[in-house]
Amino acid sequence: MEPLSWAGPAGVILGPLGLALVIAFAVAVVAFLVLSFTAAPEAARTGRSLAQRNSGAYGFAERAVQWTGLAILLYAVAWLIGGIVMPYGSAGIIGAVIKRFLPVWIALFVTFGLSIAFKRQLGLYGKLFDSTIGMIGFGLVMFWVFTAFFAGIFDLVATHPPLTAVSGLKNEPPGVAMPTAEELGAGTHYLLGGDNLARDVFSRMVYGSVTVIVIAPFATLFAFMVGITLGLPAGYYGGRLDTFLSFLANLILAFPVILLFYLLVTPEMVQTGLPSYMAMTLFIFPLIFAAVFINSRWHTQPKVRTPILAVVLAVLGIAYLSAISQRGTPINFLPEWLDLFNIPGGILVVFVSVVFVNSPTVFRIVRGLAMDIKTRDYVAAAQTRGEGPWYIMLWEILPNARGPLIVDFCLRVGYTTILLGTLGFFGLGLPPESPDWGSTINLGRRLLSIYPHPALVPAVALLSLVLGLNLLADGLREESLKD
Amino acid sequence: MLRFLLARVVTMLFTALCLTFVVFALTNLAPNLEKVAKSEAGSRISDEEVESWLNRNGYGAPTLVRYGEWLGVLPGWVIEQTDGSIRGRCIPIGSDPEEAPTRCGVLQGYWGESTVFKEPVGKIIGRSLALTGKLMFWVMMVMVPGALIIGVLAGMREGSRTDRSLSAVSILTTATPEYVSGVLLITVFASSAVGLRWFNGSATSAMEDATFVNFTLPVVTIALYGMGYIARMTRASMTEVMTAQYIRTARLKGVKFSNIVMRHALRNALIAPFTVIMLQFPWLLNGVVIVETLFNYKGFGWTLVQAAGNNDIELLLGVSVVSVFVVLITQLISDIGYVYLNPRIRIS
Repeated sequence: MEPLSWAGPAGVILGPLGLALVIAFAVAVVAFLVLSFTAAPEAARTGRSLAQRNSGAYGFAERAVQWTGLAILLYAVAWLIGGIVMPYGSAGIIGAVIKRFLPVWIALFVTFGLSIAFKRQLGLYGKLFDSTIGMIGFGLVMFWVFTAFFAGIFDLVATHPPLTAVSGLKNEPPGVAMPTAEELGAGTHYLLGGDNLARDVFSRMVYGSVTVIVIAPFATLFAFMVGITLGLPAGYYGGRLDTFLSFLANLILAFPVILLFYLLVTPEMVQTGLPSYMAMTLFIFPLIFAAVFINSRWHTQPKVRTPILAVVLAVLGIAYLSAISQRGTPINFLPEWLDLFNIPGGILVVFVSVVFVNSPTVFRIVRGLAMDIKTRDYVAAAQTRGEGPWYIMLWEILPNARGPLIVDFCLRVGYTTILLGTLGFFGLGLPPESPDWGSTINLGRRLLSIYPHPALVPAVALLSLVLGLNLLADGLREESLKD
Repeated sequence: MLRFLLARVVTMLFTALCLTFVVFALTNLAPNLEKVAKSEAGSRISDEEVESWLNRNGYGAPTLVRYGEWLGVLPGWVIEQTDGSIRGRCIPIGSDPEEAPTRCGVLQGYWGESTVFKEPVGKIIGRSLALTGKLMFWVMMVMVPGALIIGVLAGMREGSRTDRSLSAVSILTTATPEYVSGVLLITVFASSAVGLRWFNGSATSAMEDATFVNFTLPVVTIALYGMGYIARMTRASMTEVMTAQYIRTARLKGVKFSNIVMRHALRNALIAPFTVIMLQFPWLLNGVVIVETLFNYKGFGWTLVQAAGNNDIELLLGVSVVSVFVVLITQLISDIGYVYLNPRIRIS
């Protein structure tokens, strides 16, 4: 069978057209930036009265940027619709890839439609849809979340299993046909080529998103639990406790991250059981947090508190015990029927070290916020009412610190994604055949100058996810400052 | 000021002591030592043989004691062998035990011997630090001016289109870790697949003779990631300064906009980025390790990877100590510099 070309039969016209549009846009942007220093009117330079239309060369450049940008957007939308509608193969590799992502497009379309329709009732989340930057970021993030969801649970997006090698397709360029395929249809090509073990680059990229989307937000959440549980009292009480905890945090922060990874994430370290002990310590923080959170609110009404506390702690406790009890490590005490899940040793050590690296920074942020907010009048009012210190910390200070914390959460998920990629890049922790993006880049980098596609595809995927998280954080920050 | 300085230095030394002990304990865990024994005495030896090999080579003492020996505050181990000869930590093979010093450790300038490179650790670290220093010098030369220019241009007119486009660029570079930008840059500028063969995809030849062709890509790869962050900090501090009262007064007096930026705003806006640039060092170390591995440049980061990958305990310890000290010293300089540059803190 014929290999697919990038844009199919229509590519003769569409390819150069797209290139021309991108070049025109780039020229317009550069001209606009240069002119904004030389020929722009004073009002436009200082950022005021942007509503008025500018004339002359500056105004022309401004309109050129707008029109070429719009043209590129239309061109992309045309590709999107064309790729979905046209039959497999007639829109080339790009069309086929777009078609594979069909469930993701539908989910994105529904999410955006519903969110924009009800955005006034949705609080900060709804306000996100007022900012273009925030919407682009949210779109990029949700694209990967849905991809991971459909690929991980329904096996939908990918075309091949991530570990199956097909002989003869080693390092083949994008669009190569399967040697045995007869009829044209989904799965008859390696859409983005084969890697150096003859596996499908596209499918591995899709399955790689699952690892990142599962680990990164969870690890960040745990880091936040640790940081909040320790940072609030440090900031609120101050004194010796603060000095001690801050010293510990600075100790960890003075460690170069990469060195910490090389010391912690090794097979020998898994053997000693140190990651399991660290997991035991770090994973208990959500329990403490939940218990204190509930107790401080309802401790005057034991009849309400005790049932809630019992249920929450039972659920979290079983989850905690089955998370730390692993077969094959020094900590293995739960009977098999009670052990709900087992985290493979490699994943656990990655998870623990990422949480460990992130928590001190969160601690510092929360501590700073708590020190700032505890001087406010509503805190003094609560103290006068006779509320306990934990009530004030968790129900007065924490809700008022949520804006910066949400923004930092988004940024930190992005940073965690970068850290996971770094671990994969050095071949630490995750098994070498794992399809996660860092490991794939690591495998692909050896032949980078001859066969760039196996490393390029996961690199672009990781870049787009982290960029999306950064843009989302930026949009959230802008919108939360408007309040 | 002197009190502050003294307190900072004492805290720093205490932190360094804690951190070096942690590193020592982590590199000297039982499985690591077992691996050393097996690689030195043969991989098929039994557990008892491992035990006796470790005892014979000074690994038998408790971790804290051996940390003291390594540091040079406790006397090094001395063992009398069955044939009557004496071996010890401070006695080089073939020399007279009587003349050897009792203590030898980091404080005496003895860093141990690398098992992989068969050379003294101090020598390897000195050589690799010189190479990394060359890389970092050029990174700084590209990154700092670039970031400051972007930040100042973006921050001087908050909300303008220039600001928005430059901020988008700096977000993009902070979202691109070195292993991604390195792959992208090599693909575009150095691979035979695309055709633009402007630069080299490997920096091995840059170790002796750095040229534009073989050194551009590693330098740009590290500089890009740090640049966005510093630019955003500069932008934030610039926008804050530009809304200050004295800037408004200058504008109302009719001073030219370029003069306001250059003469009035810039000096005050550059205090915050200074500390940020200093605090970037630990992050840059990360980048150095990635880039040196990716471009095969045998500097400090590459040495770290080799030492950790080959379980070379003495070398890894040396590398760790140096990197921890680099981080701590830059933190100290940034603290002092901040106090020195900011008159509000200096005078009170």
